[in-house]
Amino acid sequence: MPEQRTAPQAGPGPAAPGPARAGGLEIAATGRAVPGRVITNDDMARVVDTSDEWIASRTGIRQRYFCAEGQSAFTLARDAAAQALARAGLSPADIGLCLCASFTADNATPSLACQVHGALGLGEECPAFDVNAACTGFLTALGTARCMLAASALAAPWALVIGAECISRVLDMADRSTCVLFGDGAGAAVVRLSAAHPYWSCLGARGDGALLHAGGTASADRFLHMQGQAVFRFAADIIPRTVARLLAEAGLTLADIDCVVCHQANGRIIDHAAKKLGARPGQFYKNMDRYANTSAASIPIALDELARGGRLAPGARVLCVGFGAGLTWGGALLTL
Amino acid sequence: MFEKVKAVIVDTLSCEEGQVTMEAKLVEDLDADSLDAVELNMALEDELGFAVPDAELPNMKTVGDIVRYLENHA
Repeated sequence: MPEQRTAPQAGPGPAAPGPARAGGLEIAATGRAVPGRVITNDDMARVVDTSDEWIASRTGIRQRYFCAEGQSAFTLARDAAAQALARAGLSPADIGLCLCASFTADNATPSLACQVHGALGLGEECPAFDVNAACTGFLTALGTARCMLAASALAAPWALVIGAECISRVLDMADRSTCVLFGDGAGAAVVRLSAAHPYWSCLGARGDGALLHAGGTASADRFLHMQGQAVFRFAADIIPRTVARLLAEAGLTLADIDCVVCHQANGRIIDHAAKKLGARPGQFYKNMDRYANTSAASIPIALDELARGGRLAPGARVLCVGFGAGLTWGGALLTL
Repeated sequence: MFEKVKAVIVDTLSCEEGQVTMEAKLVEDLDADSLDAVELNMALEDELGFAVPDAELPNMKTVGDIVRYLENHA
């Protein structure tokens, strides 16, 4: 994702985009951070009755990162954001908006976004707040950022959008059906409006807390609970619907998409969606083998891996799909 | 009904046709886990327009259990 602060190029975008709702969105740079403790499936098998074979065959997960003493969603968010900012070649004064998506923030307040704001020395004209849409959080924050940028209400043209989680703190280590599925991490992107980078997005919700729940201030139980089969069915339905909707809006087909980045909840969900949509091999990105499910961090971590891996050239189209607790879901079709 | 269910099982569970008999046990013989069961159900819905309710899935031990349930509720 090369820096293109001037002279936007006419990219190979679609000729007839859908309603130009707010112009395109350019990702100048990304960053990611994971904590230091690598926890393998064998490590988990020493804590609960499980095995590497059981976890890997059902989820595609081989390891995850857990925060150590002194690490938290904030330290991960800060490190990922600082990396993205440095790679973009921008200074704190260039940032007009700071958003962080999370359901495992360090505090009820100050928000992670305000903590990052302070740590990076962002300006007083730069608003900062958290977005909680669980695993859809990053795409929700990205959509919010795009709208705020388009409203021209900000003092500087770039938005810092972060997804950061410390899910290990809300895992019930006695529940083998959930504790093996999640990990900690953060990803960040620096974005601005750009007509040269067409962007489509959609967001949705279905208020239903029965399938996925993690405690807050009104809960006696802080742990994360999930009905795996029901969530699988929800995801298997919502991914193809979201992909189809974005492609229709953009006037594209799946063959026009260089890479599909789904929320990395479970490899089986992604395989199911890829098969149902007739995707070509490898078109759906998967990295849950190394990170497990990092909720709001999974999509920006994947985007950063793709960017650093050099797999995607400028102009490449990446279709992101998020889905998770709330229930929430969303999609974003990005042009690099 | 058996032939339709068999085709869906072969596709969903990636097993051999010969393995799929009325007596075949889903977990022990066909190596199906809890997510396979949901995938199988979604594929049956696509194919037949109806399937076994997810809540009934734990009672489905064999291929025959599924076939009989679907025949009785068609």
